Amino acid sequence: MATDNQGPLWEVFVQKKSGQPFVHCGSLHAFDKEMALGNARDLYTRRGEGSALWVVPAAAIVASSPEDIGPFFEPANDKVYRHPTFYQIPEGIKYI
Amino acid sequence: MSNTPELEKKFDARLEQNDFIEPKDWMPENYRKHLIRQISQHAHSEIVGMLPEGNWITRAPSLRAKMVLLAKVQDEGGHGLYLYTAAETLGTSRDELLDALHTGKAKYSSIFNYPTLTWADIGAIGWLVDGAAIMNQVMLQRTSYGPYSRAMVRICKEESFHQRQGYEIMCRLSFGTAEQKEMAQDALNRWWFPTMMMFGPPDKDSPNSEQAIKWRIKRETNDELRQKFVDRTVEQAEYLGLTIPDKNLKWNEAKKGYDFTEPDWSEFYNVIKGNGPCNKERLDARNQAHKNGEWVRAAAAAYAKKKKEAVAA
Ligand SMILES: [Fe+2]
Ligand SMILES: [Fe+2]
Repeated sequence: MATDNQGPLWEVFVQKKSGQPFVHCGSLHAFDKEMALGNARDLYTRRGEGSALWVVPAAAIVASSPEDIGPFFEPANDKVYRHPTFYQIPEGIKYI
Repeated sequence: MSNTPELEKKFDARLEQNDFIEPKDWMPENYRKHLIRQISQHAHSEIVGMLPEGNWITRAPSLRAKMVLLAKVQDEGGHGLYLYTAAETLGTSRDELLDALHTGKAKYSSIFNYPTLTWADIGAIGWLVDGAAIMNQVMLQRTSYGPYSRAMVRICKEESFHQRQGYEIMCRLSFGTAEQKEMAQDALNRWWFPTMMMFGPPDKDSPNSEQAIKWRIKRETNDELRQKFVDRTVEQAEYLGLTIPDKNLKWNEAKKGYDFTEPDWSEFYNVIKGNGPCNKERLDARNQAHKNGEWVRAAAAAYAKKKKEAVAA
């Protein structure tokens, strides 16, 4: 089998505009931080998609598993009162 | 090594362009310190703010009211967590921050040192206290520090139900029996001036705030926010048929805003110093809660250690 000639996997997060959240856009291989950052720039921001980048070792990411989605997120499903539209504000009242 | 004046000039230029600062960017030490203080005070306020409202969860007048209040208080706990982690991106730790709160070294909003005497207070807090907090937080969505700004965007989205549920309670009481209406008026009477204090001392007595504006940490001054709050709230009170407890409250056509009485600033400083009606009770409750959680932290650390040893073996 091939030896490791790619380096570990990194996940790439791009910030579109200053101040906005960093959003996941994809992954890449690289041997170290600097290479990961350079590769991310070349791979994911060739058309001015971003003003800042984060690269994170993919192994450092912990994810929920698809099989558990139902019971995992269920607690939020029946709590309509967490939304502002649940409350009645008389017509004409402003700024609430 | 790069030299500081040069870096400082670049930093100022970025702020000038309304650029946001991210954790790994260079920033002046005082900017960092100011942010840690402000964000952690904000976090403490969210957490201590759970106490006066938590006081009514077991006595909410209906199951619906109880679910709503629980959801709100839970949100405030979440807000505290967003803000603690935002402060931690600046190089401080949760332990340091909590220690400062528990020893009384750190401050939190003076408003939470007032007692919640009746159910109407829960209405008044949602309507007025969350209303004032939202006004401040809407401004902070454009604060110059990225993680703080993004936390505020999230928080503002969640806050929108807080004020509405409070106003809904106020409506119920104000259009209920004479006794209920009286409760609502009494709550407004007690919360009005403490709420006005939430925006901080007058601009002329607030040197920190001037620097915060320069750094674009704050975008509006204390007095500007206070004025906006009064202007927006008067009509809401009128609809309820309640009277704002200020004889000098009067529309001023020239400034297109209301004239009003300033809160008693000596009371404000006195409460900040620790002498408000509930300061001791709040701090004791926080310390007790932290102490009660000690076994959870110890268990988590023991578990982590065991896991590590298992990997090493
Ligand atoms: Fe909050
Ligand atoms: Fe709130």
